Amino acid sequence: MRRNAVAVVGAAETTELGVIPNMSQIQLHADAALNAIADAGLKLSDIDGIATAVETPQQIAHYLGITPTWVDGTSVGGCSFMLHVRHAAAAIEAGLCKTVLITHAESGKSMIGKLPRSTPADSLNGQFESPFGVYGPPSMFPIPVLRYMKTYGITHEQIAMVAVVQREWAAKNPRATMKAPITVADVLNSKMIAYPFRILQCCLVTDGGGALILTSADRAKDFPNKPVYILGTGESVETPMVSQMETFNSSRAFKVAGPTAFREAGIAHKDVDHLMIYDAFAHLPLYGLGDLGFMPHEETGKFIADGNTRPGGKLPLNTNGGGLSYMHSGMYGMYALQESVRQMRGIAPAQVKDAKISVCHGVGGMFAASGTIIFTNEK
Amino acid sequence: MAEPARAKPKPTPETQHFWDGTQAGELRLQRCDACANVYFPPRPFCPSCASRKVSVFKASGKGTLYSYVINHRPAAPGFTPPYAIAVVELDEGPRMMSNIIDCPQTPEALELDMKLEVAFEKLDDKITLPLFRPAKG
Repeated sequence: MRRNAVAVVGAAETTELGVIPNMSQIQLHADAALNAIADAGLKLSDIDGIATAVETPQQIAHYLGITPTWVDGTSVGGCSFMLHVRHAAAAIEAGLCKTVLITHAESGKSMIGKLPRSTPADSLNGQFESPFGVYGPPSMFPIPVLRYMKTYGITHEQIAMVAVVQREWAAKNPRATMKAPITVADVLNSKMIAYPFRILQCCLVTDGGGALILTSADRAKDFPNKPVYILGTGESVETPMVSQMETFNSSRAFKVAGPTAFREAGIAHKDVDHLMIYDAFAHLPLYGLGDLGFMPHEETGKFIADGNTRPGGKLPLNTNGGGLSYMHSGMYGMYALQESVRQMRGIAPAQVKDAKISVCHGVGGMFAASGTIIFTNEK
Repeated sequence: MAEPARAKPKPTPETQHFWDGTQAGELRLQRCDACANVYFPPRPFCPSCASRKVSVFKASGKGTLYSYVINHRPAAPGFTPPYAIAVVELDEGPRMMSNIIDCPQTPEALELDMKLEVAFEKLDDKITLPLFRPAKG
């Protein structure tokens, strides 16, 4: 895809985040969408492309009163929105539409108007995983981590530091759900969920949503906010069954999506000022740092434990507090994208000074899918 | 009222041989006749070379512990926490999810790469699950 041909011109989260008992899931989508449309200074009738996940594009288009000429219902888990950005950029470049609205929302905590998730007994997951006691992401997502730790010599304390450092970022963010400082000991003494992970290494469960508006870079300069250009993109999928990953020492989907985005962007790792790696659980930033090529996997635990990703560190990572401390409605990718856009606009609560390139890496459906978007504020 | 039961698999035409196997006390895998790739889960073609000429064979039932979690909460219906959800690497190559029986469900007892052997647990007249226990000797 051509670099910097498409830009984000509208970005917003739901008015509230956390516990929102007075809104259904679809209304959370609308709340985020209306906020993003206002942010971009547009009218609903200006939108001619729509993308969303879990909820269908037809549901959201109808609810908002939009008549699109392009739709994308890619739904591959929490990184679906990274894939939407990539697909939307291609669609705008191809002339299929001019102004795309991407929405996410989930009533993850209050469960109002939330579609049920089920695994049919005759699906492959239903036959070859469900009978062995997997029950929601905490029992599945961490399954690879003991192997990863053994292979690379990663310690429990190093992975606990992921949560500690992200809480430091969250403390700077008024909208973060959890702001009180925590220590490695706090993490390692917190309630056990699925060994080796304790509750402070698992994402929050909250309500919320977010929306993005994309258009061509040529039009982007006419919008009220500083355009955030799409410099590089990548995507891939591996398997819906965590047990069937090629290896637990890395994610094949990460290793395709990340490097594809870097190649497309034409940047080196040293050019990255700001990094988001979707952290549904505390091991994901380690997999991300290794698979995106920032360093060998052996060094990822030490890199974080040594403070390189904390406020003031050389590679600011998950600067909103992440899924562990900011919010996590079930499909966190949208919030990672929102934070990258804020950083590129220069308006993040924990702003990285002079940041010009932001890498935003998402994961979906355990390690099933991945999407990477590289943003820049310079054309 | 009956206790909630663990999730029960429902075979499809492509997986029936596997579930017939567990019922007969065999762990059955598939091997590609063209490229010799051994694969799992079941499907009537080779995911490596796309050949439709594949054979079902009885696996050794031996493997090693590749990775696991010990689930504390929330527990799946039919399970009493804490219980380990394991991924076993079979000697023939493929990996499969299972549970480890006849072994304390603790990090001390569950050592990565420990040798395991298949054990069959009958759920009802149609379904028997392949579980694993520490290998003897």
